[in-house]
Amino acid sequence: MTAVLRTKNLLKNFGAVKAADNLNITLESDTTVGLIGSNGAGKTTFLNMVTGYLTPDHGTIYFENENITGKSPRDITRRGVYRSFQIPQVFNTMTVKENLEISVSIGMNQPNYTKHIDETVNNESSIIKNSLQKFKLEEYQEKVASQLPEGTRKLLDISMALVMKPKLLLLDEPTSGVSAEEKFNIMDMVMNAVRSEKIAVLFVEHDMEIIKRYTDRTLAFFNGRVIADGLTNEVLNQENVIENILGSSI
Amino acid sequence: MDRTLAFISIGAVTLILSGYAMPQWAVFLTTVSLCYGTVVLGMILLVRTGLVSFGHGLYFCLGAYAAGTLKPFFGLSELVFMLIAAILVTTITSFALGFLLRKYRDIFFAMLSLAFSMILYGLLSKSTELGSTDGFNVTAETAFGIALSELEYGRYLIFVITVGTSWLCCTLLHLYLLSNKGKLAEAIRDNELRVEYLGASVNNIIHINYVISAVLAGLGGALMSISIGHIDPEMSYWTTSGEFVFITIMSGSSSVIAPFLGAAVFTSIRSFAYEYSPDTWQLLLGVTMLVIIVFLPEGLWSLFSKIKKKGSP
Amino acid sequence: MISFLAILIDGLIYSSWLFIIAAGLTLIYGVMKILNIAHGSLYALGAYTAASLSGLWLSMGFAPIGSFVIMLLSAILVGIILGPIIERGLLRFMYGRDEIVLVLVTYALFLILEDVIKLIWGVNPYYLYQPYALLGSFEILGLTYPNYNFLLLGSAVFTGLSLTWFLQKTQQGKILIAVIHDSEIAAAQGINVEKFYLITFTLGATLAALGGVLTAPMISVQPGIGAETIVLAFAVVVVGGLGSLPGAALAALVIGLVRAGTVHIIPELDLFSVYLVMATVLIFRPKGLFSSQEERKI
Repeated sequence: MTAVLRTKNLLKNFGAVKAADNLNITLESDTTVGLIGSNGAGKTTFLNMVTGYLTPDHGTIYFENENITGKSPRDITRRGVYRSFQIPQVFNTMTVKENLEISVSIGMNQPNYTKHIDETVNNESSIIKNSLQKFKLEEYQEKVASQLPEGTRKLLDISMALVMKPKLLLLDEPTSGVSAEEKFNIMDMVMNAVRSEKIAVLFVEHDMEIIKRYTDRTLAFFNGRVIADGLTNEVLNQENVIENILGSSI
Repeated sequence: MDRTLAFISIGAVTLILSGYAMPQWAVFLTTVSLCYGTVVLGMILLVRTGLVSFGHGLYFCLGAYAAGTLKPFFGLSELVFMLIAAILVTTITSFALGFLLRKYRDIFFAMLSLAFSMILYGLLSKSTELGSTDGFNVTAETAFGIALSELEYGRYLIFVITVGTSWLCCTLLHLYLLSNKGKLAEAIRDNELRVEYLGASVNNIIHINYVISAVLAGLGGALMSISIGHIDPEMSYWTTSGEFVFITIMSGSSSVIAPFLGAAVFTSIRSFAYEYSPDTWQLLLGVTMLVIIVFLPEGLWSLFSKIKKKGSP
Repeated sequence: MISFLAILIDGLIYSSWLFIIAAGLTLIYGVMKILNIAHGSLYALGAYTAASLSGLWLSMGFAPIGSFVIMLLSAILVGIILGPIIERGLLRFMYGRDEIVLVLVTYALFLILEDVIKLIWGVNPYYLYQPYALLGSFEILGLTYPNYNFLLLGSAVFTGLSLTWFLQKTQQGKILIAVIHDSEIAAAQGINVEKFYLITFTLGATLAALGGVLTAPMISVQPGIGAETIVLAFAVVVVGGLGSLPGAALAALVIGLVRAGTVHIIPELDLFSVYLVMATVLIFRPKGLFSSQEERKI
């Protein structure tokens, strides 16, 4: 297995708060990794640095052995790193189908912008159909995104990232704000889609049931540091993880 | 065949055919509507991108002055060259200013545009060589090499060229709006962050759309100067830009035909009100605008699209 | 030396004028998030009302000095009548809509009021020169300035200080600052936000009218003065940072001095200089000198 993502000595401070304190993390292709930590541990900051939304104060980020530190979200996205958001970032005034069409038109036609969008959409209609099917979005396809239930918005958000054929997919709390009955459903759909494409996945999660069920490896953050990294079962039983992160929740 | 394109083409042909028999005042109204409509075409592209310019008079005026100064400065009075000059000058200016403006949104975009247009107004209204606040007269002596003054229907030829240019702009913009890149305008208005995270450059698209809208405004201005025969700095004054915003809001941004409809309604209200009650035409415009903002937030065009909702977009 | 002094004095006078007009505009934006184009019309209405009422006063042979009282009353009259009519009758139905839409609503209002002015006063200019001459003049290093300018300067300083005092020292002012920060939270805490919108708009309208009233004796009052003035006020408010009172004061000073300097040195670039300052400031500080992200907006 080769390393898709590698970070070296990442540092990021917000005033006196250390959001990232010497992070050295390697992610292999074709693995699913969970990222846990209490609020303010620096989980989203890490995602934001990897995707270029924030620039680290110090340190380097390599994607497929290329230094991508300080590049813009757009440049990093184009290299194959896609993400979803804690608060779904979808096109709220457009329908589910249009959301996917826009994604496809950007993803499949980088150089060919002048092509009629219908042509693009027709050419790639199988991709759109496929994602609508995989994420059970068919019944919503003509609905405007702002009117969807939260779980469906999350799915749309993730499906927009997956349409782009990522090599690395970063999910920020894919099940937050989703009802307990729905959460396994959502994760099943996402993980099935990901596994069939052999994509490396890192997801931030508060829900330990989700972590146990879907990840092989887990990273635990505390105050911007990695305090545990290893097989999920071992990490979740590690004393400092129980003390600092899981606390009374288990 | 695209229904909108068919409609535009039929409209253009109808205008050209009927222009021959139209009374002078109707030709004038149609010409002004077409020029304003062309400017507003660019404005709706910006609106789709989520931007409202309160300074598009800048390019309207620049286009007109570029066309008008060819004669005094270069001795050229060929209509085609005048239009090319307008395109060149507005492209270069908007390309340069675009690097700044593409970083601005909302009211700050509106205000910085306003500042630039007022800078041009300030310059032109004090430049004695260009007639200061009075401006100067513009004449196109030839069109495609044909001497217009000797031609019995010289004015008609100008009208035909105006219709043709508007038709071309309208068609091209329609095709652009349907392209992959054109569609991104709406995506940007909706959610810039997502567009960047899908791998497209928001700033580039805004920049491109800004240049397109500027060129359209410049062409509108150039055609206006040729048809009316006179230009002055007022074209760059904020109230002119305000009129464009007015028509844009009145039209709505859902179709490329809407700007011409809006412009026609605007010019008609203005001319007739000006004729019959010169002291209340602005009042009438203001009330119209409030009514549209309250009852038709998507513009006049939404009246039509509601009726033919079942049809193709 | 003399021209330097002239630039300084002219600049200060012009700055005072700019500040009086911009203060109300920035206050309204700060509280209500409305960039009010109709501010220009309220300014014009103030000028016309003062010209008519003070003209009437003088023509009836009353003590000329009393015309200053009439002028002040004119401003209050315009503000107190039109402020509530506009806010209650129109703007309150628009709250919550996009900022740009609100600009357009006030633009429509501007167009309407422009014609209302023409319907009432016609298109011929009005003159109210008596108060300007009444106060005499002073001479400094051979330059003569009417004392009326002191009135302008004094009004600007008084406006700035009393607004600052109101916002920082009074209970109502402190509540207003809370509304400026976040009107939703303020409303959740039981503050009657609507009442403050009404007060703010009326106050702002009065200041606009006051600007017009004070200008009336210096110009010929005619159609178009509102349109001319509102863009200048925009320049000041945007340069200062939308919603910032100290920002507006600083911007008025900068623009006033730059324009006075330009008029003395390169008169052709007179108006150009104002908007050049506006563009330059926006390029380097996209949200103006005192940007709205700072803790205190007013």
